[in-house]
Amino acid sequence: MKAVWKMNKFIKHTLQIVNYAIFMALVWYFSAAPAYRYLEPNQAVVVISVSHSGELLKPCRKVSAEDLAKLAPNMRKPMDCPRERSPIKIEVSMDGEELFNITAQPPGLFADGSVNVYRSVKVTAGQHHFEVKMNDSVHLQGSRFVASQNIKLEPAQQLLIDFNSEDGFVFK
Amino acid sequence: MLNPVKRLYLLLEAWLNISFKEWNPLYHLGTLTFFFFWIALVSGVYLFLFFHGSLDGAYASVERITNEQWYAGGVMRSLHRYSSDAAVATIILHIFREFALGRYRGIRWYSWVTGIPALWMVVLLGITGYWLVWDQLAQYLAIGSALLMDELPIFFGSMSSNFVDGRLNDRFFILIEFLHLLGQPIMLIFVLWFHVRRLSNVNIMPPKGLAIGSLLAMLVLSLIKPATSHPPADLTTLPAVLNLDWFYLNIYPLLDYWTPGQVWALVMGVTVLLMLMPWLPAKKKAPAAVVDLNNCNGCTQCFEDCPYDAISVRARTDGARHEYEVVVDPDLCAACGICVGACISSNPFRKAEPDLHTGIDMPQFPINEVRNLTDTALVALRGDTKIIMFGCQHGVDVDGLEAQDIQGIKLICSGMLPPALVEYALSNGADGVMIAGCRHTDCYCRFGNRWMEQRMASSRHPVLRARAEAERIHIHGGAITDSRAVAKALDEFRQKLSILEKPGPRLDESCVEDE
Ligand code: HEM
Repeated sequence: MKAVWKMNKFIKHTLQIVNYAIFMALVWYFSAAPAYRYLEPNQAVVVISVSHSGELLKPCRKVSAEDLAKLAPNMRKPMDCPRERSPIKIEVSMDGEELFNITAQPPGLFADGSVNVYRSVKVTAGQHHFEVKMNDSVHLQGSRFVASQNIKLEPAQQLLIDFNSEDGFVFK
Repeated sequence: MLNPVKRLYLLLEAWLNISFKEWNPLYHLGTLTFFFFWIALVSGVYLFLFFHGSLDGAYASVERITNEQWYAGGVMRSLHRYSSDAAVATIILHIFREFALGRYRGIRWYSWVTGIPALWMVVLLGITGYWLVWDQLAQYLAIGSALLMDELPIFFGSMSSNFVDGRLNDRFFILIEFLHLLGQPIMLIFVLWFHVRRLSNVNIMPPKGLAIGSLLAMLVLSLIKPATSHPPADLTTLPAVLNLDWFYLNIYPLLDYWTPGQVWALVMGVTVLLMLMPWLPAKKKAPAAVVDLNNCNGCTQCFEDCPYDAISVRARTDGARHEYEVVVDPDLCAACGICVGACISSNPFRKAEPDLHTGIDMPQFPINEVRNLTDTALVALRGDTKIIMFGCQHGVDVDGLEAQDIQGIKLICSGMLPPALVEYALSNGADGVMIAGCRHTDCYCRFGNRWMEQRMASSRHPVLRARAEAERIHIHGGAITDSRAVAKALDEFRQKLSILEKPGPRLDESCVEDE
């Protein structure tokens, strides 16, 4: 009787260990697997990153003395500057083929905020010709900012096409 | 037809019952989740001592912890990772269990709905944790998170533009560190406090044996498969292959196929669907327990036994000599009837009035009806081993086990059974009483069968009096799928009864248990 009881206990403990092991295996496996292939071996990534304010839609206007008088005293400003800004258009191409064609509206209640764009796309690594154009004004035909460059992309490289108002577009 | 999700759950539970019995992890998923959280908390404090909270220093400090003191810091890091993962695994099982057993509708909507922000908090805590390593995985999820955040109308795309080479600074990293180390754990504890607020007798530690086993499991895993990092973050290159932690980071790959807006739509859609589940469709609310002060002596046992904190105690208002009375909050009452079993007045021997009234009763199934059913069953029994079998609405189907010498009575919960009713059945012609609630130590109403067993063992009030012969009472619970096992136990009980001497003469009807 005692032997049976001991046997039962042994089986129970062994089964417990098996159950713990299954749990451990599941926790271990899904903590780092299955591996996720983010890039194929011959792929690289192009990122366009722009933080920029579009041009004001309407220029400032001098307010006439009559109009000023109609306003409450604390609202009387000699210049009326509508805050709304132009949307920003960005086009990026690689070897003549379009990578991005973005039209970003200025954020904010009065559409007066500065636009932030961050987009990425996977491309095949190798030698490429990149062109980027940006128009930040509805009053302008064509593009105010243009840049182009030949770049050899290594696999897994991230090419950043960054914009700042002093240097324009920079390929990094 | 039993729904397949419930059948699957019960199968898994039965498998684990073979080796774990009352330590069955499925009966302790909430406390196990807490326990894994405690392991993560302690190991996290250790890691914090050696962690360098800056973009330049973080990775190297984690590497030092992992490699230079593998026997301490390395183990702590692995414990931190694996216990966090185990917590998500137990949460998934916890959701599966409550869903499969239908324990998320009716008054349980509260626990279900408050569980969802808790799940959110746990996942967000994991994400910021992986962020702090500042390896390629951190870089990947930081950019993914930024894209998701930018989709919200508060950031307007400004967050992801930080993640370009040369523009990233420590300020943001320190914010993440603050969130992970302090903000999120505090929020999580707060949300969990809400989660269990409407339950009584909530444990935040699993049984000792299960806790030791789980800690050992995590420790062994940490030693044989130590947690490691990806190569350090570098914003000029990207990782080709990522060893994602799928417990926490499962939505990020979607960003490769969908826009951030679509990913948000999915995540929010699932969240809202989960939140609405208790009402899809809503459960018809059973009437709450009703107190009858004429039969209540203010002993407060029902208040002690209520699993849902639906009963409160206040000073007597009816001028009776007793000190207290109890009040039921109908919004919290699960209508389980456990309070009826706890009430000393639920005594079927009281026959001064034709109908039996008790101190707290269920309008949909009053104790008087239970006694009437017992009387009818006693009359219907034939044979030498007359057995009354009390069951419940959620466990094994006692009606299906009826025979000439077996009559089943289905209570709302086995905890609704007053011990005096067992005595009553035995003294009025039954040779034996079998009690079959849910599976041993598990109960649809949390504590029904536990309280019932304690009452039968005379370790909880109201106790079964000694004059009820213990050999004539058998407790064998079982789930709806366990009919065969319960039938076998019933057969063995029948055989045992057949060799016992017949019970003595009928007990005096006036034996009412003293207060
Ligand atoms: C995030 C970590 C969580 C922890 C630590 C946790 C912990 C607990 C604990 C300790 C209990 C009490 C169990 C008892 O004593 O009977 C409980 C009950 C419950 N939990 Fe959770 N829980 C978590 C998440 C969730 C989630 C995500 C859901 C569902 C969406 C959920 C649904 C429920 C339900 C419905 C109950 C009530 C069961 C009943 O009424 O008997 N929980 N939880």
